[in-house]
Amino acid sequence: MMEQVIMNNLGFPILSALIFLPVVGAALILFVNRSQESVIKWFSLVISIMTFILSIPLFTNFDKTTHLMQFVERYDWIPTWNITYYLGLDGISVLFVLLSTLITILCVLISWNAIKTKTKEFYISILIMEGAMIGVFCSLDFFLFYLFWEAMLIPMYLLIGVWGGPNRIYAAVKFFLYTLIGSVLMLVGIIVLYFYAGNTFDILELMTKTYPYNMQIWLFWAFFAAFAVKVPMFPVHTWLPDAHTEAPTAGSVILAAVLIKMGAYGFLRFSLPLFPEASRAMTPIMLLLSVTAIIYGAVICLAQTDLKRLIAYSSVSHMGFVTLGIFAMNAQGMEGGILQMLNHGVVTGALFLSVGIIYDRTHTREIADYGGVASVMPVYATAFMIFTLASIGLPATNGFIGEFLIILGGFKASQLSGVLAATGIIIGAGYMLWLYQRVFFMETNQKVLGLKDMDAREVITLLPMVVLIFWIGIYPNTFLGFMHESVRHLLERVNTGNVHEIVTAKNIIGFIK
Amino acid sequence: MNNYLLIPSLPLAAFLINILLGRDFLKEKAHWTSILAVAGSWVVAVMTLVDVYGGGRVNEDLYTWISSGGFKVSVGFLIDPLTAVMLIVVTTCATLIHIYAVGYMHGDKGYYRFFAYLSLFTFCMLMLVMANNFLQLYFGWEGVGLCSYFLIGFWFDKKSAADAGKKAFIVNRFGDFGFGLGVIMIFLTFGTLDYTPVFGQVGGFALNTVNFLGYDVHLMTLIALLLFCGSIGKSAQMPLHVWLPDAMEGPTPVSALIHAATMVTAGVFLVARCNPIFSLSETALIVVALIGAITSLFAATIAIVQNDIKRIIAYSTLSHLGLMFLACGVGAYAAGIFHLYTHAFFKALLFLAAGSVIHAVHTNDIQKMGGLRKYMPVTYAVFFLAALSAGGVPGFAGFFSKDEIIWLAYASHSPVGKFVWIIGTIVAFFTPFYSFRLIFLTFHGKFRGTHEEEHHLHESPKVMTIPLMLLAIGAVAAGWVGIPHLLGGGANFAEFLKPVVGHPEAHGTHAEEWAVMGISVLIGFAGIGLAALFYLYRPELPVRVGQMFSGIYKVLYNKYYVDELYSFIIVRPTIWIAKNILIGITDARIIEAIVNGVPNAIGVFSQGLRRIQTGFLQHYATIMAAGVLIIVALMLLR
Repeated sequence: MMEQVIMNNLGFPILSALIFLPVVGAALILFVNRSQESVIKWFSLVISIMTFILSIPLFTNFDKTTHLMQFVERYDWIPTWNITYYLGLDGISVLFVLLSTLITILCVLISWNAIKTKTKEFYISILIMEGAMIGVFCSLDFFLFYLFWEAMLIPMYLLIGVWGGPNRIYAAVKFFLYTLIGSVLMLVGIIVLYFYAGNTFDILELMTKTYPYNMQIWLFWAFFAAFAVKVPMFPVHTWLPDAHTEAPTAGSVILAAVLIKMGAYGFLRFSLPLFPEASRAMTPIMLLLSVTAIIYGAVICLAQTDLKRLIAYSSVSHMGFVTLGIFAMNAQGMEGGILQMLNHGVVTGALFLSVGIIYDRTHTREIADYGGVASVMPVYATAFMIFTLASIGLPATNGFIGEFLIILGGFKASQLSGVLAATGIIIGAGYMLWLYQRVFFMETNQKVLGLKDMDAREVITLLPMVVLIFWIGIYPNTFLGFMHESVRHLLERVNTGNVHEIVTAKNIIGFIK
Repeated sequence: MNNYLLIPSLPLAAFLINILLGRDFLKEKAHWTSILAVAGSWVVAVMTLVDVYGGGRVNEDLYTWISSGGFKVSVGFLIDPLTAVMLIVVTTCATLIHIYAVGYMHGDKGYYRFFAYLSLFTFCMLMLVMANNFLQLYFGWEGVGLCSYFLIGFWFDKKSAADAGKKAFIVNRFGDFGFGLGVIMIFLTFGTLDYTPVFGQVGGFALNTVNFLGYDVHLMTLIALLLFCGSIGKSAQMPLHVWLPDAMEGPTPVSALIHAATMVTAGVFLVARCNPIFSLSETALIVVALIGAITSLFAATIAIVQNDIKRIIAYSTLSHLGLMFLACGVGAYAAGIFHLYTHAFFKALLFLAAGSVIHAVHTNDIQKMGGLRKYMPVTYAVFFLAALSAGGVPGFAGFFSKDEIIWLAYASHSPVGKFVWIIGTIVAFFTPFYSFRLIFLTFHGKFRGTHEEEHHLHESPKVMTIPLMLLAIGAVAAGWVGIPHLLGGGANFAEFLKPVVGHPEAHGTHAEEWAVMGISVLIGFAGIGLAALFYLYRPELPVRVGQMFSGIYKVLYNKYYVDELYSFIIVRPTIWIAKNILIGITDARIIEAIVNGVPNAIGVFSQGLRRIQTGFLQHYATIMAAGVLIIVALMLLR
């Protein structure tokens, strides 16, 4: 049975192009002499900009009136095992492809002067990373998906381990092991699904089937292992502060803006539609973990002394909002959750970019080493203020729209969750404004005296983020419009599934045989 | 009324121009953009008022702001008598204060930034009062809070200023926590956030209860109290009043505009706007009345012993805001808004006059002033008028509004009506007392600073004194639009607002009304008299009294130690927990131990396995034999 999809009709295979243009670019860099750093940099920039331009039709030609997969490409790949090369996008994934192509440009720009060793390998890693990330969001075949999912690990591992801070090896290994262990459990889940559903990796086809209740529960937790680590949800979050702190700026930005979105995306794309009954049954636990992450991550920020560590923990809190929204299982929560994924990518990405800008000048991440930066770098201070305000969810910034919809949806699902999540907003204002005060206000610290304000390259790096913050804050319907149909369809599936059939472990093994 | 959109747009445009071009191009001319914009808004606001007076109304959506599932909210505008009054208050005060700031902020290195923020503030405040739905109200609400944060911390290199700004924002977030939940409850109840359908439907929910966090509560009481949390924060009522006195770190024009005339009154506006909800809950009204009354008295008692000229006026603001809530709490919303309106003039004037004083003496400490009337006659005159108005001296603006509140409290149905009337009357003693203490210590007697300082004393420039004189007209005459029937007036102000906030029934005779008015007037004069006795004729007396009641004096001087209490029970424990429990124990010892522990355990386990693999054949044979034996034994035993 073929599921209904809308084949790509742009005249060129847009998704394949988006995945492989950066990869081909990376391959071409191999042939450039490593001493020609500026050639490498300019080439990477051109490739990333071309990829971004290439992704614009996704924004302009997307059909918002349907939940069906669009821009679909499908070819047989390994027919023996029913593995296909199958790509497509819907309202849940499309925005993240656009985010990935935008973020990559900014990562190339922010690394311009910061990366001085092994420049060639650095830009190769960034471009391969881009291809893999886009691949993850586009894959409609589990085998292909898993390939991209694991492929992301390697460049990220290198980014942290090679260009990171003093403690980079520890952080890189920790990041790698954490995510790998989670992924392996998911792989087991994928294999079980493959055999149970009659030898197919076709995600859309798998979604049309129903699975026995207890099998759903087991598979839910297997997938949970992979996604919860990526989000990261409490209590598997401790890799994130280390990874963020040690990673180079571009690494932190990719990690914050795109990589940790994969976890939440996984819940939306796989856990909810494949295991609707299990997802519903596990909602209380998920809400509890989400709310814990919101408050735990926020309170812990109050005691941080390291700029990047603070922002990393704030990510734990903000991603708690995302999972809360997703598992609220209603339109506002889920759309708020998806929007908040985008928002977090923009805002936390921007915050890490900003930290990178000042770190390049001072080479310290200690908050105590700053103070009075607003007097020395007023333009930078203004940009950072905008990001701070978006982070604490001020109306007219994107953060407000996401958080409000999530709290509304969360409150609908469980009053206590909504109320507790709202306390996260109070604490959020506390730690962000305190951070801002210690870095930008008060007497000018000796160490920041005479710092130059942002140059044109840095302004250009931050500008798209500022635009997005206000665009989403003032006219969010541009972005919410992409989601309506897909979210409605997903909720229909999650909320109407009604399977109580139980299957024994023996039967599952039987299918595998 | 087609041009009403200009009212908020002009200040927004001025903000954008100043923030983008101010630093490099406009510089010390930045005030022109802001002043022209706000003056333009004022002109349109006056035209709007005329239209509304003639029966015109606006209620229309500009565009859909957020739409998700069944949730839809627009950016839209409502103009009715209540909005029209607020528009006049905001644009009038803002225009005069903008002009005053040209002199006050002259030469400041953040000059353009100051005017940019003022314009942004004006825009947000106008959006707040013109909203036609709760979420846009929330937008304006948070926006003015943000500007307040920027402007309190305007001189951000001072730690105290940066601290005060942050404190204002965070304390307000506590209130907005409740406000936000209130907005969500409104949506879940009515399925919309637009005022008109919500207020149209409230009647149908008058008796509903709702389960909230496991408790069955009266729906309207819950919504009203959640919304009121926002008011408590924004209007600095107890127990969230702590930010307002600290907010005096900001430049004085900011104190006048934001922390006296406009933003802090948004809480009162919210209650008045939501009167259909509040009126359905007696409990909520009682809470509003009591919080208002208690704050009013509490702040007034603190004001009598402070020495910082701006803080005294700040506590006075708290006290007057309390009176406005007291009025709303007894159902006299129009009286609350009337006081909001007169207060805006006399309190903005008090602050600006104080700013004029600070401009001359470069200190906030009234103990270091004295005798200034010689040097600053205009400032002295307007300060005196403002104090008479604030103190409720008959004929002045403050008298009419305060008298209406006190009378309607006395005559109301509310179970706490008589109680809050007594408190209001006590406050009527304190208000003129601290106002005139301030005047006598500042302007009368001899200058207590150095000769050097005395040499520099001067009246402020015209750009500051002219706005003062214009505001003085308001402080004297603004109340004449609401002269009560008893004094031969038409109570026009309340009549104008009647379609929005209704009119409370007063139960009392003319004789009672005369008596209530007489008592509060007499008691007010007693306050002025005592201030004169203490600070003009027998200056040793207050010292003696202070020594006699040194315990009370200390408590009042330290503002009842509320800041210390919050630091002790909220701020320090939270940070302690974050440091010692979350980072120190949960993250480092528990989670990390498990995470690092699993690989370690695998390591240990495999170490053990390796030890089994000794390589000696006889060991393997022994273990195999043991294994076989165990299996055989198990099979036999079955």
